[in-house]
Amino acid sequence: MKGGQFSSAAMTAIDILGLEKTYSVGFWRKKPRCALKPLHLRVEEGEIFGFLGPNGAGKTTTLKILMGLVYPTAGSAQILGMDINDPRMKAQIGFLPEQPYFYDYLTAGELLNYYGQLSGVPAKDRERKVREVLDRVGLPNVMRVQLRKFSKGMLQRVGIAQAILHNPRIVFFDEPMSGLDPMGRREVRDLMEELKHEGKTVFFSTHILSDAEALCDRVAIIHLGELRSVGAVADLTSSVEGKIELVWHGNKIPAAMKALGADCHVTGDTVRAVLLEGNQDAALEALRREQLRIVSLIPVRTSLEEYFVRKLQPSKAVAGVTQ
Amino acid sequence: MSGRIVYIASNTFREAVRDRVLYNLIAFALLMSGAAILVGQISIGIERLVVINLGLTAVSLFGIVIAIFIGIGLVSKEIDKRTLYTVLSRPVQRWEFIIGKFFGLAGTLVVNAFFMALGVFAALFYVSRHFQATDGWVLVALYFIILQFLIITSLALLFSSFSSPLLSAVFAFALFVIGTFAEDLRGFAALTKGIVRWLATGVAYLVPNFSALNVISSVAHEQPVASQLILSNTAYALVYASMALCGAVLIFERRNLK
Repeated sequence: MKGGQFSSAAMTAIDILGLEKTYSVGFWRKKPRCALKPLHLRVEEGEIFGFLGPNGAGKTTTLKILMGLVYPTAGSAQILGMDINDPRMKAQIGFLPEQPYFYDYLTAGELLNYYGQLSGVPAKDRERKVREVLDRVGLPNVMRVQLRKFSKGMLQRVGIAQAILHNPRIVFFDEPMSGLDPMGRREVRDLMEELKHEGKTVFFSTHILSDAEALCDRVAIIHLGELRSVGAVADLTSSVEGKIELVWHGNKIPAAMKALGADCHVTGDTVRAVLLEGNQDAALEALRREQLRIVSLIPVRTSLEEYFVRKLQPSKAVAGVTQ
Repeated sequence: MSGRIVYIASNTFREAVRDRVLYNLIAFALLMSGAAILVGQISIGIERLVVINLGLTAVSLFGIVIAIFIGIGLVSKEIDKRTLYTVLSRPVQRWEFIIGKFFGLAGTLVVNAFFMALGVFAALFYVSRHFQATDGWVLVALYFIILQFLIITSLALLFSSFSSPLLSAVFAFALFVIGTFAEDLRGFAALTKGIVRWLATGVAYLVPNFSALNVISSVAHEQPVASQLILSNTAYALVYASMALCGAVLIFERRNLK
C-alpha cells in the first residue's frame, strides 16, 4: 500500500469537500480571521495519512470540524460515507485530541469504562477491553490509579487507549507523539503500524516530519489554513534531495567541496559542511584525497523535511503531486 | 432516557462526590446539632418552629449555593479543560450531554437534601422527643426546596452554556434573589400603569417564582399545604426548568468549541 497505490475498490474513509472556517475575532469590532481555506481532501480506507503543518497551520481546526466540535463556515465532509455529525459514524471513529486532559478524579479503569459506555461497548466485554487496551499502550498496572497521579506521557497513552478502546475503523490522532519520550514515540509508531495491519485507517496530524516519513502512506501539507500539497511521500520528495552534515578535523577546506556546493564553517580545529545527500560520495572522496580525518556524517534534513520547508515558502514552491 | 444520559449523569454525580461536595453535610450536621442544643436551652415552647425554620432554610441555602457553584462550571469547565472533546467525538449528542449534566447535578442535590432532611428530623426529635402528624408537611417543604434546586440548576446550566463561570454565578445568584421576591414584584407590577406595567409584569413572570416555592414558614407554624399548590408548583418548576434547559441546549448546539 505504501507509495500511494490503492486499488479502485478501496473505500473512501474521509471525504472533505471544501471545508472552510473563518472565526470572528475582537470584542467590539469583530474582524474575520480565516483559519481554514476551502480544503478538499480524500483519504482511503486502510491508509496511514499524515496531516502536516507548522503550529497554527489549521490542522487542529480541521480535526475539530471532522469531530463535530467546531462548525465549518462552508463546505462539508463525510466519514465512511456518513455526515460528520451522524452518531452511527461516531461509533466507528476514535479521536485523540492534542495534549489531552481527562477527568482526573477518575481512575484509568473508570475513565475507559465511561468512554466504553458512551461508545456503546457491551457491558460484558467492557472490563476485558479496558484491560487489553491498557496493556496495549504500555500501562498494564494502572487500572485503579487516579489520573491526577499520571505523568504527561502516561496521559498521552491513556488518550491513545480511549481512542482505540471501541475498535474503531478510523482513528484520528492530533499530535500523538506530543509529550512522549523517544521510547514512547517508538511504541506509538509501532501501534499505528499495527492498526494499519488490522485494516484501520489512521489520520494523524503532526509537525514531526520524521514520524510522518517513517509511517505514512500519504501526507498532506497545510500552511496558513491552505492545503499546499497531497501525495505519497516518495512522489512528493522525488524532486527534492535531503541534506547531510559532514565534519572533519583540521581547518582545511578542499576546493572540491566548494564545487559540490557545500556550506562550510570552520570552528576551532574542525570543519562542518552541509551539502546535498547526492554529493555525499564525492565529498567523502575529496576528504580522503586530502587525507583529512572524518569525525562524523549525519543526515540533517530528510527529503520530506526539505520538501516541507520549501512548501512553506510559496515563492520557492516545488512541483508536487496534488489532488 | 437514553443510556448515554444516564452515564453522563452518573459521571457528574461521581465528580461531585469525589470533589468532596458532600462534605458540606458535615458543616450542616454541626449547624443542626448546635442549633438543636442551643434551641433546647433558650426557646420555650417554640423549639420545633425554630428548628424547622432554621433547618429547612439551611437545606435550601446549602443546596442553592452548591447548585450555582457547580452548575456554572458544568459546561464551561469541560470546554476549558477540553474533556468535552473526547465525549462529543463519540456517539453522544450535544443535547444528551446537557441533559445528562443536569440530571447528574440534580441527583447530587437530591442525595444531599436527603441526608440534610435526616439531620432536620433528628434535630426535631431531639428538641421535642416525638414526631407528630404535621411533621409530614416538612416533607412537602423539602420537596419544594428540591423543585427550587431543579430550577436554579437549569438556570446555572443555561448561563454556563454561553457565559464565563463568574458571570454565570452572578446571573444565577441575582435571579435567585429576585425570584425570592417574585410575589412582591408581581404586586408591584399590579400597582403600575401603562408601559411600565407591561414591562414590570413581563419581568415578574420571567424570573423564577421562588417565593411560591417557599412554604418553610407556614410549615413551621404547622399549617397544611394545599394539594393544589403542590400540583401547580410541580408543574411550574418542571416547565420552567425544561424551558431553561431547552435554552441551554439551543445555545450549546450552535457553539464552536474552540
